Amino acid sequence: MSAVTDITGIGHPGGSRRLGDRVFQGLATGAGVLILVVLAGVAGFLLIEAWPAITANAADIPGGEGLVKYIWPLAFGTLVAATIAIIFAVPMAVAVALFISHFAPRRIANVLSYVIDLLAAIPSIIYGLWGIAVLGPASTGVLNWLEGNLGFLPFFEGPASSTGRTMLVAGLVLGVMILPIITAVTRSVFTQTPRRLQEGALALGATRWEMIRMTVLPFGRSAIISGSMLGLGRALGETMAVAILLSVSGGVTFNLIGSGNPSTIAAHIALDFPESSGLDVNALIAAGLVLFAVTLVINMAARAIINREVRY
Amino acid sequence: MTATATAPAMTARAVEVSDLDLYYGAFQAVAGVSMTIEPNKVTALIGSSGCGKSTFLRSLNRMHELTPGARVDGTVKVDGQDIYEDGIDPVAVRRHVGMVFQAPNPFPTMSIYDNVAAGLKLNSRKMKRTDLDDVVERSLRGAHLWDEVKDRLGKPGMGLSGGQQQRLCIARATAVQPEVLLMDEPASALDPIATLAIEDLVRELKASYTIVIVTHNMQQASRASDNTAFFNLEESGKPGRLVEIDTTEKIFSNPREKATEDYVSGRFG
Amino acid sequence: MSAPTSRESQPTGAQGDGNGAAPERAPLTGRRFEPSQPPAPPARAMAPFARRVERRRHVTDRGVAVIVTGAFLLALAPLISLLYTVVSKGMARFDAEFFSVSMRGIISEGGGAYHAILGTLIITGLATLAAVPVGVMCAIYLQEYGTGRLKRAITFFVDVMTGIPSIVAGLFAFAAFALFLGPGIRLGVMGSVALSVLMIPIVVRSTEEMLRIVPQALREASYALGVPKWKTITKVVLPTALAGIVTGVMLSVARIIGETAPLLITTGVFSSVNVDPFDGRMQNLAVFAFNEYKSPGVPPEPSFERAWAAALTLILIVMALNVIARLVYRRYGTELR
Repeated sequence: MSAVTDITGIGHPGGSRRLGDRVFQGLATGAGVLILVVLAGVAGFLLIEAWPAITANAADIPGGEGLVKYIWPLAFGTLVAATIAIIFAVPMAVAVALFISHFAPRRIANVLSYVIDLLAAIPSIIYGLWGIAVLGPASTGVLNWLEGNLGFLPFFEGPASSTGRTMLVAGLVLGVMILPIITAVTRSVFTQTPRRLQEGALALGATRWEMIRMTVLPFGRSAIISGSMLGLGRALGETMAVAILLSVSGGVTFNLIGSGNPSTIAAHIALDFPESSGLDVNALIAAGLVLFAVTLVINMAARAIINREVRY
Repeated sequence: MTATATAPAMTARAVEVSDLDLYYGAFQAVAGVSMTIEPNKVTALIGSSGCGKSTFLRSLNRMHELTPGARVDGTVKVDGQDIYEDGIDPVAVRRHVGMVFQAPNPFPTMSIYDNVAAGLKLNSRKMKRTDLDDVVERSLRGAHLWDEVKDRLGKPGMGLSGGQQQRLCIARATAVQPEVLLMDEPASALDPIATLAIEDLVRELKASYTIVIVTHNMQQASRASDNTAFFNLEESGKPGRLVEIDTTEKIFSNPREKATEDYVSGRFG
Repeated sequence: MSAPTSRESQPTGAQGDGNGAAPERAPLTGRRFEPSQPPAPPARAMAPFARRVERRRHVTDRGVAVIVTGAFLLALAPLISLLYTVVSKGMARFDAEFFSVSMRGIISEGGGAYHAILGTLIITGLATLAAVPVGVMCAIYLQEYGTGRLKRAITFFVDVMTGIPSIVAGLFAFAAFALFLGPGIRLGVMGSVALSVLMIPIVVRSTEEMLRIVPQALREASYALGVPKWKTITKVVLPTALAGIVTGVMLSVARIIGETAPLLITTGVFSSVNVDPFDGRMQNLAVFAFNEYKSPGVPPEPSFERAWAAALTLILIVMALNVIARLVYRRYGTELR
């Protein structure tokens, strides 16, 4: 009477007898496979549409010097903006996560982490508007100070922009935008530090900071890394804040406080796409393909790190 | 200075507890405990689960107050100084009253050497590397772990067996030379052979420290301790109390209180 | 100053005699008794407990607390500044005209975002319609049916998909349609496709979490009644998890409703009302705000004002979605807790 015991199909993946079960399972599996198909499709369609630009003459690409020279300043700008964002966001995120997990009064800790999550809910276009209307103008004083006092560094050689629409400010805005995700990942791990480890440190006569340094931070190290990588991926792909805020004039430069900045891949695509046609479109898509590949690699690495640590 | 198995001149101290009440918020977990814990002796705290012996133990090194809402009333004097006096820093107290926990908890990201040295490194006074080596060796020898790990001091502390990890934690606790050593069911997570090793170690350690050990295992209490204190709950919801404290021999053969006798003869708990 | 002397001066119960034999019966508290052997001679008096740990360690500890609190306040500053800016600047045009009129034929003054609001609703609605079934079914696969390498691969890549830059999703939608319909095409539904690519991983993740919380005992009770697996899922598991799933969907909608980049590429910029997603360009609120600011009319102030009003509307919608989502979970998801 195996037909009776088999009636629900549990424990027999793919072995259920009923039509309804087979159809439903097929739909569910199909949905799962669809995900893989879509991802492959993203890569595939991008490649197809980028191909004409990849195989075209160097002279036909905007800028006249070939695809690599076209994409390189954009990639450079993307990296610079993302680096500034990370430099600002990671220490801040670790500090904020520590504050919520170990320093804030217990009763309001939940509220506080919700407030930080609010930062993540705000659409990026609004960050861009805020950056160009508020942060940029407010930062001119700082920019001038940097030029005056640290101008010997190539980062601050100026001349300082008068509108604040600089790479430094764009990087800062990006940093604010990626802060919540890094904070969320690290905070959840900090709160999971085993009590017996923390008590072991305290029982030795450690102060609260010493205990954190000995147990919480080492325990959360991989979370900090993977959270930062997730934030990095987000910063690399961020479009609108940069598109509105940055004053672009093309070249590769380390000057962070001037008004001539390279754009980022994402922002450049967003700004140029509506008006482009023909091979220019293909070139833009090729740039997008580069961005997709880079963020894919970073995200895969970050997830791999997270998954490895979950087992520990 | 060559490393030896005994500590340099250093004295265990007595602990005097007076009218100690311990609360978790509004709930009173322990009421009216007064006792003397003798130096260079092992005092075992026994009683059924939930009667407050671990709570009481944790009040001796000011770990009880780490729980949000926890409160302490009464005095605990170590060598005549009340550790709960206003202005005393609990962090400073914990250097003098050390603790070994139920589940071994070596720091996973540190090597064996660094684990033992962890408490010492907290001092602002930097120790010379050779002095640090001496202390680490002495502590490991004192915990009967030196021979097993001397060739892999740089390896992580997590790679040891449960019994070895617990001895590592004991070495770590003794490295800072506390006056009093508290142990909260140190062998309950270990197999019987490792348990006996820990008990032997405890008997040796009392030459240098005052030891208070919580155990739910009466045979362990009778094997390893000099004095025994029996805690009990009248009924659930009421605070735990100290029923009787005396030499171990007396508690187990001829206790004064009926409740004690019932407990040690296995009629409850 | 031997130890027994100092202890004798302390006022607790009865004395014992020198060999540790029990004295006369004492009260139930612990009482002192003589040691059975003399204690080790004290080498030195114990140092008094420090009122504080050494100064340097204490200062460091306090310093860290200050730094960490300061970091939190510093992180709040942009949030407060941003919200204040949007509200104060957005109020200027937060009027009835703004919500009822499009930009058709408007050069400077007046005009509104009616077309953009409609566009937002339509584009987002279509995206949700596509993403929710796929996302929920995929989560059902992962949680209820999935095994082995296929499941691990899908789980992994769903996670990876959460990190796709929004502009790449837009390019994908563009490329897909361009392949079949030619590169000049701009359609509302293209935007929906791009947005659904962004939504699906979020819906999968949150639905999976909700399905995981449903106790196995519920499923087994259903099986024990002879109910087939697919009916168990649709009639027992899903309804139980429904509140959480709805919450997750609302949160994913909140995430994509403000997306600009993929729509710039796919739906373009358009001034008039267009309610057919399969016919020509469509505008959404975020793109509207962007466009008004980037390419303002002459004089630019009315455009800026419209942009801020659109931004304010957008933030209100997003906040409302977030709050309602969490309220829904709290109110209806209680049977799981």
